[in-house]
Amino acid sequence: MKSKGKIWKFGDHVDTDLIIPARFLNVSDKNELAKNCFVDVKPDFARTVQPGDIIIAGINFGCGSSREHAPLAIKAAGISVIIAKSFARIFYRNAFNIGLPILESTEAADAFSEGDDVSVDLSSGEIADPDGARRFFAKPIPEFMREIIDAGGLVDYIRKKMAA
Amino acid sequence: MTIAMTITEKILASHAGKDSVSPGELIDVSVDLALANDITAPLAFRVFEELGPKDVFDPERIALVPDHFVPNKDIASAQQAKIMSEFASKHNIKHYFELGDSGIEHVILPEKGLVIPGDLVIGADSHTCTYGALGAFSAGVGSTDLGVILGTGRIWLKVPATIKLIYKGNLKPWVGGKDLILFTLGLIGVEGAVYETMEFAGEVIQGLSMDQRLTMANMAVEGGAKNGIFEPDDITRAYVEQRSERKGHYWASDPDAQYARVVEIDVDQIGPQVAAPHSPDNVFPVSEIGSVRLDQVVIGSCTNGRIEDLRVAAGILKGRSVARGTRLIVIPGSPRIYKEAIQEGIITTLLNAKAVISPPTCGPCLGGHMGVLADGEKAISTTNRNFIGRMGHPGSEVYLASPAVAAASAVLGKIASPDDI
Repeated sequence: MKSKGKIWKFGDHVDTDLIIPARFLNVSDKNELAKNCFVDVKPDFARTVQPGDIIIAGINFGCGSSREHAPLAIKAAGISVIIAKSFARIFYRNAFNIGLPILESTEAADAFSEGDDVSVDLSSGEIADPDGARRFFAKPIPEFMREIIDAGGLVDYIRKKMAA
Repeated sequence: MTIAMTITEKILASHAGKDSVSPGELIDVSVDLALANDITAPLAFRVFEELGPKDVFDPERIALVPDHFVPNKDIASAQQAKIMSEFASKHNIKHYFELGDSGIEHVILPEKGLVIPGDLVIGADSHTCTYGALGAFSAGVGSTDLGVILGTGRIWLKVPATIKLIYKGNLKPWVGGKDLILFTLGLIGVEGAVYETMEFAGEVIQGLSMDQRLTMANMAVEGGAKNGIFEPDDITRAYVEQRSERKGHYWASDPDAQYARVVEIDVDQIGPQVAAPHSPDNVFPVSEIGSVRLDQVVIGSCTNGRIEDLRVAAGILKGRSVARGTRLIVIPGSPRIYKEAIQEGIITTLLNAKAVISPPTCGPCLGGHMGVLADGEKAISTTNRNFIGRMGHPGSEVYLASPAVAAASAVLGKIASPDDI
């Protein structure tokens, strides 16, 4: 599976309050949540993000609260994949569980800037420029997490297991 | 030969039906108690319903606690709370707590004896790690994981490596669990324990009360940890035996257990600590924080809303008054704590000092209600996070500290140590 889009660049320790402030958590509809994604740090994000766009960030992306509303808002906003140097633990689980692809690559996080066009091959982990001048490979996704993704998220993974 | 294990590994192995586990191993474990609140439960219910089982895995091992936006702050929040109470009634959830009986989830679950040593607790709230104070394994997850647990009573986990934190020496006056955990976060950073366990140990820890231990375990997630844990001892036993009929497993780490690293902390030099905006690891001694005028002071939350916290605050505020231009909001974490505070005269002392008392709620900690900050306002709070916009307007600023520092700061209208008043 390939994604293509423009980069939205963030720094280290992007917390879930920045992704979706708690004052918007009185709803659980993902499209409503998406309207306020990153509202306090990038007020134009929700209005201008295009389907397929990519987030690139530093270390510990998604730290803070366990709110699954954070990856749901990002996914519903149209983001196709998040590439970060590292992810906070609960966000990492949540992203896989809801089927939001995430990759770890320090090199790619350092190399690309806001607005760059990038393509990402989710199966090989390749992250590259349109002309292939800059090419990086993300850390392989652990086998078990891959099974969850292949099943289409945790719900379908468990369903399959229950049926087996 | 048996393999040496940490307390966390022992609890995980016992719930995976294995003799031993080691860091990095993926295991499937049974859950003793699953928890969700008014924000995370509605999403979890949706997952449970998509998954398809008719019944929850066990109506007696699920806790549903409305606490974040209750008493309902607006119509949307009321709808969420209603979804929760309807689910609880449909599935006969034993531990659903309605207002009047309910409080802040991580305050009331230990208080009501629902978590005991050796338990494995998973909650759709990041501060679920609080129960490590009781010698239980507890970790926060998102709503999908919780929804699956509602149906199956099981979850997959990766066994975390453990960082052992050994606290030595003698605590200075006004220094307690909150200062120790803030100091530790300043030392290791907010990514210092990502995917790992923080095991709190040493002579200082053995002397801490349950309330202080709960404060420390609560903020393990602020270091990125999967869980924080204390070896249960006589202090734990005295607390638990008053509250639960169940017999716990009092596991202890083997002397030759393997640790990712061991950090020794000499507490003799640690004074009251403050985390400055906008991160819980941006920590300074209160004496180095400079002059910070305050619009608001909050004492409460799953970190510091327990009776000992209110006692300390009232001790400082007795016969004094909150500074003009500063608001003091005090939130007892549960009805039981509220009642104890009334019986001990704490509430009268606080009211005389011009504090306002809120019903138990998470409220202002996450900028929900009961004390949201305006643009440019500064607050000191006994809560656990001070991210941008955490307590309200993105242009507001939050400092984190102990109830003692918060109370002294309320009196002077600026960040202060109890020694300054």
